[in-house]
Amino acid sequence: MGKPLTRNIKPDGTAASLKECIKSGGYEGLRKALKDYQPEEVQHLVKDAGLRGRGGAGFPTGVKWSFVPMGENTPKTKYLVVNGDEMEPGTFKDRLLIEGDPHQLVEGVAVSAYAIQASTAYIFLRGEYHLGAARLRQAIAEAHAAGYLGTNILGSDFSLEVHLHTSAGRYICGEETALINSLEGKRANPRAKPPFPQVSGLWGKPTIVNNVETLCNVPHIVHYGAEWFKGLSRGPDAGTKLYGVSGRVKRPGAWELPMGVTAREIIEEHAGGMQDGYKLRGFLPGGASTDFLLPEHLDVPMDYGSIGKCGSRLGTGTMILLDDQTCPVRMVLNLEQFFAQESCGWCTPCRDGLPWTVSLLQGLVDGRGRPEDLATLERLCGFLGPGNTFCALAPGAMEPLQSALKHFRSDFEAYLPRVAAAGAAHA
Amino acid sequence: MNLTAEEIEAIRAEAAHYEQASAASIEALKIVQAHRGWVSDENLADIAELLGMSPAQLDGVATFYNLIYRRPVGRKVIHYCNSVSCWMLGAEDHREYLQQKLGVKLGETTADGEFTLLPIVCLGACDKAPVMMVGDETHMNVDRAAIDRIVSTRGGS
Ligand code: SF4
Ligand code: FES
Repeated sequence: MGKPLTRNIKPDGTAASLKECIKSGGYEGLRKALKDYQPEEVQHLVKDAGLRGRGGAGFPTGVKWSFVPMGENTPKTKYLVVNGDEMEPGTFKDRLLIEGDPHQLVEGVAVSAYAIQASTAYIFLRGEYHLGAARLRQAIAEAHAAGYLGTNILGSDFSLEVHLHTSAGRYICGEETALINSLEGKRANPRAKPPFPQVSGLWGKPTIVNNVETLCNVPHIVHYGAEWFKGLSRGPDAGTKLYGVSGRVKRPGAWELPMGVTAREIIEEHAGGMQDGYKLRGFLPGGASTDFLLPEHLDVPMDYGSIGKCGSRLGTGTMILLDDQTCPVRMVLNLEQFFAQESCGWCTPCRDGLPWTVSLLQGLVDGRGRPEDLATLERLCGFLGPGNTFCALAPGAMEPLQSALKHFRSDFEAYLPRVAAAGAAHA
Repeated sequence: MNLTAEEIEAIRAEAAHYEQASAASIEALKIVQAHRGWVSDENLADIAELLGMSPAQLDGVATFYNLIYRRPVGRKVIHYCNSVSCWMLGAEDHREYLQQKLGVKLGETTADGEFTLLPIVCLGACDKAPVMMVGDETHMNVDRAAIDRIVSTRGGS
């Protein structure tokens, strides 16, 4: 089975039913976990399989789980929280999994909750996913009725309640600790770490927050084993990945492919190449908060390490393409407007620095740019860079800007008043 | 308390899912909003009381999120996506066309109270850009004909 995550996803956009899901091996991972493995053994299995978080940061999932206190003398209440906030522009992969195969996510939640011995799980879903919410609600109810959730699941001594929590639209909720605050009903500002949520998270209890796609992988790892999972990949990172393309290609979309395929293969074969009359100028490999790569990077494998070596991040694996008829400066302006609006306002560099960035870029494209503005933008990339702000929103916001200033310098300069040209005319 | 028994019951049921009732704050605001279109100061104070929060605390939450309306809106809210993929594929033109058709600017409600036009960030359907959300429904690959259809539902269905 080369495409475990999307095996049940139908082209007509309807959801896989419980029956269809079971026919393709659904809930077998849960059955096996409860029957054959101790919770810690599931953790080890996921660690051995090399599953890395699919939400953007790529942290090894099994390692994250191993920080949760386990055994007799640990808190009785622990939580598993599903990060289904998916609000990064250019990212639309979890929607496919939630709408197309909600039972797969429910099973992933059950197996993962068992692995850390959580008694309650919350699926934190962005408020705009109305269809996804309806399908998840139904899947949770069906799974409950069939004995896959609730008390003494499948006759074991493991019990789990799953609740759907729909949010109301705010990008910062995708940040792990902001999500926890939001879930508690507070303003969604990030929390200081330590303590890490694995030890003290939701209401001070040990809490694991995992992305939707990450959790969907877990039942298959239990069902088919760590070696099988590694074998799905073409590179050093295990498994498959939902890759996506948006922009001026012939067939934008998302596809489950072996981890480590090249950007060229995704763009040319799966997305059908650029639309007629358009050429590729650059791409953000993994959503709005990643650095631009260039056509010369098309043959780099889309895995964490390889993309990192080119100076960007795999992020969510959903690419946004820049074509030769779209102005990179205006594109970056659009991105920075998003980040400025969605900043939670907690720390000064981000709260003030992002609107400043926007006004400089807006000034440029409005013809009010000054020669020193580009240097100021560069300095802002440093001020808002890693380590200078409370969370990763601001550094993420700077990634497209700093790489655009590097790769598309002449486009920025073209907006500056033509001092040199005027001089030339004079001579 | 100005909330209906139905609203109160729905809020209590949500609050029961959590260690602390305040965790149901977003859900509670959405329940009231679903019944009344938006959340007034009086409604906000009632919800806060139900959830054991101060009105200021709850307002801090309410005003933080894009989908909670603290002012009256039309019967349908049109949220057009203004994020990067939709922007690249013509979202600005669509917004202008919509403004023209509805005769309102961004943030305004049509005179007949039918539509309010608001921007929204990426709706997670960038492969089907441009995208708009009208009420609970997401419209993808939006073009002028689709906008005409959306606007023509005025007063109807
Ligand atoms: S970096 Fe921005 S989003 Fe993160 S805590 Fe600071 S203000 Fe909030
Ligand atoms: S950018 Fe519009 S839906 Fe993602």
